[in-house]
Amino acid sequence: MTQVTVKRLWKEFGSQVVLENVNLHIGDHEFVTIVGASGCGKTTFLRMLLGVETPTRGEFLIDGEPLPSEPGPDRGIVFQRYSLFPHLTVIKNLMLGLELRGSPLVSRLFGARRRRALERAYQLLEAVGLQGAADKYPQQLSGGMQQRLSIAQSVICEPKILLLDEPFGALDAGITADMHTLILKLWNLNKMTIFMVTHDLQESFELGTRLLVFDKVRIDPQAPDAFGATITFNIPLKGRRE
Amino acid sequence: MRRLINLEPGRAGALLLSAMPFIILVAAYLFYSHARLAENPGDKLLPAPATIAATVHRFAFEEDERSGEYLLWDDTRASLQRLLIALAVSALIGITLGVAIGVLPYLRATLAPFVAAVSLIPPLAILPILFIAVGLGELAKITLIIIGVAPVIVRDLAMRTGELPGEQIIKAQTLGASTWQLVVRVVLPQLWPRLVDALRLTLGSAWLFLIAAEAIASTEGLGYRIFLVRRYLAMDVILPYVAWITLLAFTMDWSLRLLRAKAFAWAKAGTS
Repeated sequence: MTQVTVKRLWKEFGSQVVLENVNLHIGDHEFVTIVGASGCGKTTFLRMLLGVETPTRGEFLIDGEPLPSEPGPDRGIVFQRYSLFPHLTVIKNLMLGLELRGSPLVSRLFGARRRRALERAYQLLEAVGLQGAADKYPQQLSGGMQQRLSIAQSVICEPKILLLDEPFGALDAGITADMHTLILKLWNLNKMTIFMVTHDLQESFELGTRLLVFDKVRIDPQAPDAFGATITFNIPLKGRRE
Repeated sequence: MRRLINLEPGRAGALLLSAMPFIILVAAYLFYSHARLAENPGDKLLPAPATIAATVHRFAFEEDERSGEYLLWDDTRASLQRLLIALAVSALIGITLGVAIGVLPYLRATLAPFVAAVSLIPPLAILPILFIAVGLGELAKITLIIIGVAPVIVRDLAMRTGELPGEQIIKAQTLGASTWQLVVRVVLPQLWPRLVDALRLTLGSAWLFLIAAEAIASTEGLGYRIFLVRRYLAMDVILPYVAWITLLAFTMDWSLRLLRAKAFAWAKAGTS
């Protein structure tokens, strides 16, 4: 069970107000899609959830606990690019999370534990359709395959919350449909909460159980930075929860 | 006619072209050497190939009358030992400090400006200090090379660490990596090939400092020998020694390149 609560959240960079008075409550196993114009703070919102930005005022609560101020294994992330490790093969990229958790010092598993981790990794690799590419390096994969791997890499750690920052923005339209199927499958399998920032309105309606629209409610033409964006629409959707 | 930038030599052509400057250099030497010796058989500036060959044979395969040693090998051993120890220590300092400065903001704030300042000290200018402080022995020469090379490697690796995409560092943290794990599994493995690159680039200055130190205070070594025989205008010794040093440096560079290609297949040279 994961509950995410946002209370009177403000984020300012110097005199520029990015987000103002954001209030939100998200229940367990939701698929939250976030849309909004460029520069309206939706990525900033995601980065605060991730723990790499801190709110100026207000707070994030996960299950009633304040959000840690640094990234952690309870919140997975898939960026648009660059989040794979180029020096590791596909299967090793996938095993990294298990190795980091299972072995604090040398960060490598041996013997039976290694076999179990390897088995789990191959299972997931098959689930994301990359079984043929286990021993390739990330740069040898296509963009779509890289994103599949990046998603699998996060999911293997079984995070409570998975954050997706325009994960399919750089992919061909043809591949996106496959990716949607994949992310829905993993979401239903792991019962996690997903926050996904996207530019694609259709995608946001199709995938989400809840759609958030970030926009500015007040605009001062003389001082465009004086007011920030907030959640102007919070729409429950049917979603494809199983 | 296609543009010049689109004209490429074939395999054999490229090989021939790359050999050409060397052939021209040797031919020019032979020509002028012959011309000078024809005018004055006692000329020492451009000795004949036969003279050089005889000298090389004497230095490499005959015991020295005074010391009973084979001078060329003895000099080579002494110089390489200094150079390799200094490079190994520099690499160790470079990777340790470089990664630490690149990864830890507090250490970066403390040490980055200091390392930058130290790297700008002309090492030869503090050679006298080294001689006064640690004497004229091996330690001074090795230290000189380390002072000249290590700060450059530290700065380079710290910058390379900073160039790793922020996404990777964040992702690793969401996979549960501690600072130590991040260094061991994400940062270090990606920096090894960079360390090899840094070593290759600093190889030239390492030789420079080695020869300089040997020229000033030494009793053996390639640089020592060159500067010793300079008094007698012994070009028949200097020239093969310079060629030998160049060959050694080239071999080291080439093996480092090979090591990089073999050991870090994932990192293609020149790409990030």
